[in-house]
Order: sequence, then C-alpha cells, then structure tokens
Amino acid sequence: MNPDNIIKVEKLTKRFGEFVAVDQISMDVGRGQIFGFLGANGAGKTTAIKMLSGLLQPTAGKAMVNGFDVYTEPEKIKRNIGYMSQRFSLYDDLTVVENMKFYGGIYGLNNKELKIKTEEIIQLLHIGDFKDKLVRSLPLGWKQKLAFSISILHNPPLVFLDEPTGGVDPITRREFWELITQSANGGMTVFVTTHYMDEAEYCDIVSIMVDGRIEAMGSTRELKTKYKAEDMESVFVTLARKSKRANQE
Amino acid sequence: MRQFWIFVRKELWHILRDRQTLFVLIGMPVAQILIFGFALSNEVKNSKIAIVDHARDNASGELINRLESSKYFEITDFLNSDHEIEKAFKKGSVRLAVVIAPHFEESLKHENKSSIQLIADGTDPNVGTTLVSYASAIIGDYQNELLQNTKLPYTIKPEIRMIYNEQLKASYNYVPGVMAMVLLLVCSLMTSVAIVREKELGMMEVLLVSPLNPFFVVISKTVPYLIISIINVVSILLLSYFVLEVPIKGSLMLLFAESILFIVTSLSLGLFISSNAKTQTAAMFGTLIGLFMPTLLFSGFMFPIDNMPVPMQVISNIIPSKWFFIIVKSVMIKGLGFASIWKETLILLAFTSFMIFVSVKKFNKRLEIA
Amino acid sequence: MRNIITIVRKEFAQFFRDKANIRMLLVMPVIQLLILPLAADYEVKNIKLALIDHDHSPGVNQMIQKITSSGYIHLVAYESDYKDALRLFEQDKADIMIEVPPQFEENLIRNNEASISVSVNAVNGARASIGGQYLQKILQDYNMDIRLKWIQFPRFNPIPLVQVESAYWFNPHMNYKQFMVPGILVILLTMVGANMSALNFVKEKELGTIEQINVSPIQKHEFIIGKLIPFWIMGQVVLSIGLLIAYLVYGVVPVGNIGLIYLFSSFYLLVVLAFGLLISTFVQTQQQTMLVSFFFMMIFILLSGLYTMIDSMPAWAQMITKLDPIAYFVRVNRMVIMKGSGLSDILPDIGIMICMASALISWAVWNYHKRS
Repeated sequence: MNPDNIIKVEKLTKRFGEFVAVDQISMDVGRGQIFGFLGANGAGKTTAIKMLSGLLQPTAGKAMVNGFDVYTEPEKIKRNIGYMSQRFSLYDDLTVVENMKFYGGIYGLNNKELKIKTEEIIQLLHIGDFKDKLVRSLPLGWKQKLAFSISILHNPPLVFLDEPTGGVDPITRREFWELITQSANGGMTVFVTTHYMDEAEYCDIVSIMVDGRIEAMGSTRELKTKYKAEDMESVFVTLARKSKRANQE
Repeated sequence: MRQFWIFVRKELWHILRDRQTLFVLIGMPVAQILIFGFALSNEVKNSKIAIVDHARDNASGELINRLESSKYFEITDFLNSDHEIEKAFKKGSVRLAVVIAPHFEESLKHENKSSIQLIADGTDPNVGTTLVSYASAIIGDYQNELLQNTKLPYTIKPEIRMIYNEQLKASYNYVPGVMAMVLLLVCSLMTSVAIVREKELGMMEVLLVSPLNPFFVVISKTVPYLIISIINVVSILLLSYFVLEVPIKGSLMLLFAESILFIVTSLSLGLFISSNAKTQTAAMFGTLIGLFMPTLLFSGFMFPIDNMPVPMQVISNIIPSKWFFIIVKSVMIKGLGFASIWKETLILLAFTSFMIFVSVKKFNKRLEIA
Repeated sequence: MRNIITIVRKEFAQFFRDKANIRMLLVMPVIQLLILPLAADYEVKNIKLALIDHDHSPGVNQMIQKITSSGYIHLVAYESDYKDALRLFEQDKADIMIEVPPQFEENLIRNNEASISVSVNAVNGARASIGGQYLQKILQDYNMDIRLKWIQFPRFNPIPLVQVESAYWFNPHMNYKQFMVPGILVILLTMVGANMSALNFVKEKELGTIEQINVSPIQKHEFIIGKLIPFWIMGQVVLSIGLLIAYLVYGVVPVGNIGLIYLFSSFYLLVVLAFGLLISTFVQTQQQTMLVSFFFMMIFILLSGLYTMIDSMPAWAQMITKLDPIAYFVRVNRMVIMKGSGLSDILPDIGIMICMASALISWAVWNYHKRS
C-alpha cells in the first residue's frame, strides 16, 4: 500500500442481514486520479460510496480516506470530501447564489473566500446572467454542472460523484467531464460511478464491480487487453454476465 | 371490463404496500369513535369545588355532606375568604365555590330565611351554568326536606322525558358526525392526492395511452378507497353498536345505502379537487381547507349551526356532510324511514352528479389539450 | 454556531421565497380566529319550543309567556297532538315540546298540584340537558310567582327558605367567544409548529437534499437546531398576530401578564416542534406526514379540553390528556388571559413543558439517524 494514497481499502464488507451488499473489496486510489467505479445496478456501488464517505458503518474490513478511519473518524472525513449524488441535491427554491452561500457556509468558508469562489464558479460556468435566478428555472445540464461546482466549493482533496451524468444529453456530458478533468488536473481526486462505458475512457483507473465484489481493476487499456475486447462495453458485458444477482431477476 | 379490474388491482397493491397509510386510514375511525364515544362528554361530574363555610353549624354541615355525596361534586378545598376563592380559581384547582352565610342554621330557624352564594368560575359559560344549577338543585332538595313533607301549594310538576336518547349520551350525536367526517376525509383526501401524485410523477400519461378509456383509469383509482370506506362504515357501526351501545333504530339497509351514496359523493369531491390541483400539497390543502374545515364547522355535530351568524348558516347548506349527518341521525338514532329523508338524499344525489359532471368535463378538456 | 446561522438563513430564504407560505402565516390566524369563535358558540340559546295545549286557559298563556320572555326559548309551533309535534322533532324543527293536559289550571287550583309533560329532543345530549335545566328553572320561578300572587303573604312566609344567589367570575357576560379565543390561539400555534416543521424535514428527505447535508461536516444537532429556530420564531409571530386579532375583533385583553403567555409559548413551541421532528423521522413522504400528523393532532385537539371538560372524561382519557401538550397550553392560556393567573400558578405546567420538550427532542434526535 502506498502511504500517500488517498483511499486505502482492505476487505471492506457490508451486510444487511443475510444479504452481502459489498463483499471484501480492496483498492487503493492515488491522489489526483480519476477513479472510475463501474458496475451494474445493484452491484453495491452506492453502498461502497456511502461507507467511504462516512454515511454508513461497514460490517468488516479496513478503510482509510485521506488518512482518516471510516469507523472512528467519519466527521473528519466529511470535512475533507465533496459529494454529489445521483439525485439532484441543490435546493430548487433557492437562487444559484443562495445555494452557494448555504453550502459554502456549511463547509466553513468565510465571506471573502465565498465571494472569490462564487465569482470563480460563475466565470467558469458562464452563468452570470442566472446567478439570481431560482435553481428550479435552470436546464438540467446546468443544474448538474452547478451541483458539481458547489460540491467542490470548499476545495476538498477528494470528491465522490455517484452517477453524476444520469439523464443528461451527450454534449452536456462532455462538458461535465471537462470540468471533472480540470479539477483532477488541479490535484483533486475524483471517485466516480457511471453507467456510460464511454465515460470510463476518461478515467485513469477503472474498477468493475459484480455482485458486491471487484472483478477487475486497472487502466482501460490494461482491461481491454486482458479481456481481449474492442471497447469497455464488451469488457463490462463479459464480466457482468457472471452476475448471479442480475440473472436471478 | 377485465382491463378495468387490472387497474383496480394495481391500485390495491399500491395501498396494501403502504402499511403506514393503511394503518392510519383504518385506525382513524376506530380511534375517533372511541374518543368521541367515551372521552368526550359534556356531562359534568366529579367537578372540584370549594366550600367557604362561615356558619360552621349543623345545618351547614348537613348541606356540605349532601354536596359531597353527589356524583357531580368533589369537595377539595375549604376556604375562608373571597380572596382565597380567587386564588383557587386562578390556579384552576376548583370550578365552583359554595359560600354559606354566617349563622346559617340560626337564621333559618328564627327568621325562616338564610342565604347561600354560589360563585362559579365563568371561564367556560356552559360548565359554569351547569354547576350552578346542579348545586341549586341539591340545595333545593335540602330545603324541601326541611319542610318535612309540608306540601307546597300550587305546585306545577313538570314530567320531563328525553326523547331518542334517554341517558343523554354524547355518542348519539357524535357517531353520525364521525361517520360523515371519516368518510369524507378518506375518500376525498386520499383520492385527490393519489390522482395528483400520478400526475406529478408523470405516470398519468403512461396510463392514459393504455387502451382503457381514460375516465375508467381515474375511476379505478377510487375503487380501493371505496372499499376502505365500506370497511370503515362497518367498523364504525360495529363499534358504536357493541362498544358504545348506540342503537341502530332504523333500517340497517337504508343506512348502508345512504352511506354508500355519501362515499360516492366524497369520491366525486376528490375527483373534482384532483382535476383542479397540480401538486400533492395543493390537493392536500385544498381538501383540508375546502372540505374538511367546512365539514367540521358546518355539519352541525361539533358546532351548533343555529347559533351561527346568518351568512354562515346559509353557507352550511352547500356542505354535503351536513345533509349526510342529518340522514344518519334520522335513520340511526331516530329510527325514521326513507320517507323522512328523501329530500336530503335528493340533495346529495344532485350534488354528486354535478361534481362528477364538472370533473369529467374538465378532465376531457385536459386530454384534448394534452 | 456559524453552521446554525447558515441553516437558519437558508430556511428563512426558502420560506419567504414561497409567497404561499407567507399568505398561510398571515391568513391562517385571521381566518381561524374570525370563523372558529363565531362557529364555536356553545351557549344553549334559540331553543325551539312546540306547545300542545289541551287546556286553553289563561294560566297556560302566562306560563308560556314567562318561558319565552327569557329570550333563550322561542315558541315556534302550536300543535294539536303529540304525534304532530313529534314530527317536528323528526325534522329537527323543535327542541322541546310541552304538553299541557286538559283542566291544568283547574287541577292546580283545586288539587294544589298539576303536571305538565315536557319532552326534549335529546339526540344532542348536552344541548338537551342544558335546555331541560333552563326550562325547569323557569318553571320553578313561575311557580314561585304564582304562589306569591295567589297566597296572602303571612300565610306563606313561615316556610324556611334558603336563598341561592349565583355569580360568575371572570366572564360575567357568559361570553363564549372569550372562552374559545384563547384555546384557538393554541391550536393555531400547534398547526404552524408541528405540521410545518414536519413537512419541512420530510421535503428535504423527498428531494434528497438531506443526503447532501448528511455528507457535510454539519452535526446532527446543528442541523436540527438550525431548522427549528425559524419555526420557533414564526410560531411566536403567529401568536402575536393572533393576540392582536383577539384584541381588535373580540376585545380580548389578557387580564394577566402577556409576558407569561410568551414565556409559556417559548417552551410549548419546543415541544410541538420536537413532535413535528419526531414524526418526520418516521415517515418518508409528505402525504404520510400530513396523514400521521393529522391523526395525532386530531386526538390531541379533541382531548385537549378545548371543547369539552377534561374533568368529565373517564380516567383513561384523563391519563392521555396528561401527555397532551395542547391540553396544558389551552388551560394555561385561558388562565392567564381570562383570570389573570400569575407565574406561580403556571409554574408546574412550565416544568412539565420543559420535561416534555427534553424527552421529545432526545427521542427525535436519537431517531434521526445520520449514520445507519
């Protein structure tokens, strides 16, 4: 294990009664990486993310996030991560600026920092005209980009994105990934789950989860070579076919 | 028709899944009947009273004994002055003070005249009046006994009979009221919210493109609530008959038929609201403010309509629950037949047809636009 | 602290964004206070009397005149027999019928005694019993009148007589509105507190924004406190509006110290808000919230003593009222507003509010799992 890795996970397990949602997964994520976390629905991705972000107590195994233990220091972890879930999570009856002020306030930004950050995001997303409009009135793609920008308002070293591009058109998706890459270039680690296999290509490392276990991990090129596949789609299908959960349904 | 039942089955599944809601829907009438039947009575008993006995003689002692032994009063304080009475009232520890004048027995014997003052906490006017009249009656009995069978001349003896409800049970009035309230709430609130929820979630379009006639889609949503309401009617009647001992004097069939008519009325109101509301919250507040509040206010079982200002009395006529309340009271408590309630029934029928007509019209228009 | 302020600010921004909220905050107290006291007039008056007179003597006329002159009882119909009069009962067109037998006056004079039969429509038991009492009292008075008139004074006087005088304190005009307004104020406050706060929490759940809060460094208690403060303030605002309306419309001026009302409401609001919070931890959707809070609200309001006296409830129901916060505030509010009770009178109630608030808040916070 490289001590500098931001996420260090060993045999992490979560059981809900009889059901093993996450089954002894292990992984290491280096700083500044974009880590793609792929898997079919119900493979256990969201449960894994919830454990890593301090929302859910694991049943067994070890996990350190940015040097903090998920068992004993979840509050410290929360201070050091950003999080954006598959469900849209800005208040749609507040304006763009009000949302920024709120989340900035929660993460302890002072007024000066907040002002600079707000200005930065408005510039970056070109939403100067909309800053006093209700979030409700923005198109979905913009909301999504805004939610991402706000989730990293406090400059966390690590951000979790749980299916951030669901339901968004291809052009916006590309723009969204540009934002992500930009942040990663700035040194931020991005831990992202997705269904879109073309998006896997943006990731430095990809892991594929099947039935609560990590079946494969590596760069997309390594995986494609290993499974002798043209693209990630075929890699995924090859692996996902083994799933017992999916076949049961 | 088969398709219709498939829709109904889907709606039933929805409701059976949602245990919390189902529990409240079935449990609400039970709780209401029990509370109204047992806990809410205007009967005054065991009221805490204070005695200010300035006489402290045999006669006053005898009188106090009589007050003590009555089921209406419980003497908790013996006080000495008006000031202390005021203090006790302010603490809320007693509701009535009986002040016996000094030399009570002596004056009664020698001057044939003596006085007692009843001071009531008038905060609640009805309770105040009732307590004073009970205490007066006890004092009156005492006085009659002092007369030792000397018969008063020229006595008018009123023989009072309570018709329909000899024991003056409050539940006779509340049971019909609870029926009106519960049926209206379950049917109109739940249907309107259920339909609007589908609209909100965008499921409505999916259902509407199905081969079934759109209006049946909507009707199918009301069937489960119709069933729950019938269960509620049965449980209310069983509880009130066996537990509260409220008799069903008239025809059970008639009562049932009228209940189903009112259920349909309430469903039509639910349809009407859902054809107007865009969000669940709007539907909820619409039902609560537009239907539930008026039912509570104007049906006549919680608030006396006769005492209201004229404009409010006029408004009460357009509240369907008022008519249903009258119907249930007539059939269940008074034991009357259809001949006495045909007018009320007709009003409900007309109201229901009107509501259905308006909602269908509105609903069809929506479809054409969509 | 800063975190709490951030949340409070956000809540206020959201609240005032929606004009419907403001309207509700202002209009609800106005409507409830204008309509409910008008409707909740339980004074028994307008009693409709039907007369079946088989005697047709001047005495009967005098008696009826005495009865109707009270103003509470109106003669609405003369009927020739009991059956016809009963039909009026069936249609609720009469509340009381008096049947005067033939030779009533004659019997009274000859036999020193005559009876009349009184029937009361008793579907509404409370109204029937009070109406019956009125009538009896009036008949007694009338009886006394004729004795005094027909008998020479010296002959009548030797009977021992206990004079009963009655007085009603705190509400000498026996005005029902004075009695209802303080109670309705409490209901208002409760609706704002419990309903709106529960809905507010559940809305965050439904929209998923709560997840975003959960992964943030905000602590459980900070989030809850930050959310409760705005509703606490709005509760006090509603109370103030209500008190103002009570004064302007009904002339209700608290006899006691108005500060006591605010003191009590400060603790009371904590209880109600905690209750709303507790509900929100058990339910998932706004629809369930409405239904569940409605269910409890109904039980609490009915048992609060707002409409019926707690003293006359059975023991088990009285036990429940001990757990009913509304019952405490209704009682305290009436005591302070109508009787001018002081701090020492309501101190025990304040103590109970504090206990309830602590218990409910602990329960709610414990239930509000941040980590499952």
